[in-house]
Amino acid sequence: MSDAHSHADIKKHVRIYIAVFVALLVGTIITVWLNYFHFDSVVVTVSIALFVATIKAALVAGFFMHLISEKKAIYAMLAVTVFFFAAMMYLTIWARDQVPRGSEYTGDKYVPYPAAKGGSY
Amino acid sequence: MEIPFVSKARPDTGLYNAKVGIWLFLASEVMLFGALFSAYILLRIGADPGTWPHGLLDIPIGTFNTAVLITSSVTVVLGWSALKMGNFGAYRKYQAVTIACALGFLGIKTFEYRDKFGHYEVWLNKPIAVKHGATEVTTDRLLGHIEHNGAHPLFWKTETLARNKVESFKLEPDPYHYTMSTKEIAHAKKEAAGKPHTPVEIKTSDVKRLSAFVPAHSTYFGIYFTLTALHGLHVLIGALVIAYIWGPGAKMWKTDPERYMNRVEVSGLFWHFVDLVWIFLFPVLYLL
Repeated sequence: MSDAHSHADIKKHVRIYIAVFVALLVGTIITVWLNYFHFDSVVVTVSIALFVATIKAALVAGFFMHLISEKKAIYAMLAVTVFFFAAMMYLTIWARDQVPRGSEYTGDKYVPYPAAKGGSY
Repeated sequence: MEIPFVSKARPDTGLYNAKVGIWLFLASEVMLFGALFSAYILLRIGADPGTWPHGLLDIPIGTFNTAVLITSSVTVVLGWSALKMGNFGAYRKYQAVTIACALGFLGIKTFEYRDKFGHYEVWLNKPIAVKHGATEVTTDRLLGHIEHNGAHPLFWKTETLARNKVESFKLEPDPYHYTMSTKEIAHAKKEAAGKPHTPVEIKTSDVKRLSAFVPAHSTYFGIYFTLTALHGLHVLIGALVIAYIWGPGAKMWKTDPERYMNRVEVSGLFWHFVDLVWIFLFPVLYLL
């Protein structure tokens, strides 16, 4: 691909790089800003943060790392990586599901903080 | 014997050697960081409810460091583009910014680490009363900074007290605890802002456990330091490689410009990967 690049092509790419850079900064600010809302649901909080992070990661991989227009051999390698990465993450969560939650396993009683009476933060 | 496809692409794959090499390496890196991320997930979902720490990392500093790393990533591609257009001078300037950002990132991270090493949790045998402005709290677990003989010690633990024959020490307590929700922590910090801290004198005989925010403090800090230190090592090595190509390695631009551009591209791919890992590390460790 490198040989086919003309100066005009590269200049166009530079504009894309700058746009991606701005998008990444905006994405960062959005993530932090949303964090100040303190959603009650953990699922919502985690989903939003990981959603924005995934978009940012896709921008970096797609444009800075040129994955949007790469050779087939690279895609083939990454397909294998994605498969094994997903399998590892799935196994982790699957394994966790086989174990009783929280203190069920040990039988200890969970004492919330602060343990002492007489006021809370 | 001449090694083929060092700078020219192999006709069937369209790739030069180093490009294949770096992508295979990055694939293995995905699995390395992936394994640690999965360890993080296991530790977190396996923790007793309400015990996973929140609010111990500095979000503004983390945000700033994220911006520093993103900037260094864009200067890498801009430098590479300049080189493709034959503008070696512009490439040099862009990569100088990259290297400066890398050092800036590591400097800020070091500052953050040092801050953790001097920040403590103390578990007490009996609850005590602590004042934050007008609010009084009775608790047996306190976070805060230690003052002893006019100094703020780092890395103290329970055994340090006996070994140094410390009978008591001053603790400036934080107005929150990490087991509270992020919302409660934000509220407590806001309430206490600007109000005088009342340091408490803690007797060694009352201390059940003392720990700075080091890996031994908890699984949270264990995985935090493992992930961020491994990432920091990548930043350091990436910066060294980019600096070598930028400095002493730049002679190649005169002798074999195509191969030189390939080197810049490949080191850039590694650098973007390091940026990509941080894009996940930042929300996971600082915000969630």
